[in-house]
Amino acid sequence: MAQMPYIAAIDAGIHQEMRRDPDVLYFGQNLATTENHEFVAAYGADRVRVTPISETAEIGIAIGAAMAGLRPVVELYMAEFMLVAMDQVVNEAPRFRYMSGGQVKVPLVLKAGYGFTAGWAGQHTGSLTALFMGVPGLKVVAPSTPADAKGLMATAIRDDNPVVYLHHYMLTLEQGEVPDGEYLVPFGKAEVRRAGGDVTIVATGWMVPRALAAAQTLAKEGINAEVIDPRTVAPLDLETILKSVDKTGRVVLVDQAPRHASVTAMIAADIAEHRFKALKAPVVQVTAADTTVPYSEPLEAYILPDEARIAAAVRAVLK
Amino acid sequence: MSVPPPNTERQIWMFTQMLRIRTFEERVKKTFTDHPGVIRGHTHLADGAEASIVGSLSHFREGDAALATYRCHGYPLVLGSDPKAMMAEVYGRADGLCKGLGGSMHLTDVKRGFLGTSGIVGAGIPHAAGAAWAAQIRKQGNVVLSFFGDGASKQGAFHETLNIASLWKLPVVFVMENNGYNVVTTSAQEDANAAAGEPLAVKARSYVMPGVTVDGTDPLAVYQAVGEAIERARGGQGPTLVESKVYRLSAHGNIIAPPGVPLHYPEHEAITVFGKREEYEAALRGDPVPRFRGVLVQNGSLTAAKADEISSRVADEMQEAVAFALNSPFPKVESALEYNFA
Repeated sequence: MAQMPYIAAIDAGIHQEMRRDPDVLYFGQNLATTENHEFVAAYGADRVRVTPISETAEIGIAIGAAMAGLRPVVELYMAEFMLVAMDQVVNEAPRFRYMSGGQVKVPLVLKAGYGFTAGWAGQHTGSLTALFMGVPGLKVVAPSTPADAKGLMATAIRDDNPVVYLHHYMLTLEQGEVPDGEYLVPFGKAEVRRAGGDVTIVATGWMVPRALAAAQTLAKEGINAEVIDPRTVAPLDLETILKSVDKTGRVVLVDQAPRHASVTAMIAADIAEHRFKALKAPVVQVTAADTTVPYSEPLEAYILPDEARIAAAVRAVLK
Repeated sequence: MSVPPPNTERQIWMFTQMLRIRTFEERVKKTFTDHPGVIRGHTHLADGAEASIVGSLSHFREGDAALATYRCHGYPLVLGSDPKAMMAEVYGRADGLCKGLGGSMHLTDVKRGFLGTSGIVGAGIPHAAGAAWAAQIRKQGNVVLSFFGDGASKQGAFHETLNIASLWKLPVVFVMENNGYNVVTTSAQEDANAAAGEPLAVKARSYVMPGVTVDGTDPLAVYQAVGEAIERARGGQGPTLVESKVYRLSAHGNIIAPPGVPLHYPEHEAITVFGKREEYEAALRGDPVPRFRGVLVQNGSLTAAKADEISSRVADEMQEAVAFALNSPFPKVESALEYNFA
């Protein structure tokens, strides 16, 4: 185990896979512009390249390289930059295996940061997780801890499908224990971050530490909250969530996205359909307000879910 | 750089492949009237472009790859795909090349190097560059052929990809089949180069790669032009843009209609939209398939009797493909859920 920040753990995951598999490529804008760049120095300029500002070509090239048997990781920096190449992400990468009747595999990783609510205003702050989770053929990963950042990246690279790997910008410098050596975190396995029997809180990304902070406050009031982090939203480990609902009968779902573009809306629908009778109170969603993210700091804080709002929602479902 | 012309035997093979594409697609077209309802959605024919397809793919080697668009019946036929499996795919049947999941617009035959076909204009161009990156890393002298139409050269994907392919000296040849029409829009209406009377191959200049324009109705001219580009790519000198000028002899595709309206091929847009019947009829008089047959018979490469024998053999082959596809069962409905993930 080593203590390292989330951002270093992501790199550790890429290194782990590039060392063991010569087919793994890593490329993107402003990456590897000198021979001294750590990835170029380690793996050579054939496999690590800088690209122009051409998201459609970058992602399209990754798709072609993947169909030809390689495993590209595209460094996209900001989730919003994928929107420039929405066709390649949504209507190319996840389609070829299917349309060819299983003849091709498209193993690639689209690595992008999201949710940068630190004054980045309207166009670089989106929580786009839910935008991609409903696309058949795409897997969507959102690590909340350094250990998961490494293990989910490694699994994403080994996966034979296109994976959207969304790392949260607000967690960039969060420290945590990260296993040394080969480390993989399976897709579709939620992690119970805190066990509890009174209420189920489900949160992803930066909302996980906020939910845990709320749970700590609530514990002082005698409320024992269970906090579940799905870790991958596609595939989504509904089973772990439903099992918790069976136990608690009360649910608070947290997402940094606006309500109708949130992962929580999908989970709420599944809980309503499959566990209506187990519920002792209506499901409550704590999401961002339905708005573009404002620049000014107090306004930005105003529209986002925070510890106090999560705690208040829990108190409400326990009434 | 010069590519020696194909020998007589190879030229006869080329003629045969052109004829196979034409005959396969005549069967596709005829299915709309002979067997209404059997083909769904949208099909697009390559009639008029056979010489360009065959001339380009005549240089294909083991380990090379080709990627194309929704107008994709011609390439796999030349690369050796089974026309029975192809027709079964167009009919949505279990024995289809892609198990009935792709249809006419998405033919794929990975074993034969036909990696994929995107139905979104221009979107497949970067995929070809990606496959070319793989070829470059593997250093086996393989190339990738990227086929697309003139309309795609107005897409960002085209420009972004040509820039990177040139910068990285990728072993890819961009074959733009310029048929003069983006559905019902003429090149001059949508392309600044065309409007200024320039060939579309000049777009290559922006990306520091050779741009050549070739008569795409002459298989030997295409063989030469694409052959030179392929040699250049195999030699590590990077990509070329080949503008292959063809005339689409059918409409863009069968009519787009809701269920209940029988599908069919209307007349070419030159006639239906622009009223230029003479333009279309001139193109028909220059039809590359009978023209190449004429060349081969005239120069003594092929007797008329031998040419007829080839035609009749090809006709039988494609008729068998139709019979096979009609008899192939529909896929099990559960197979609709099998291939989303590897």
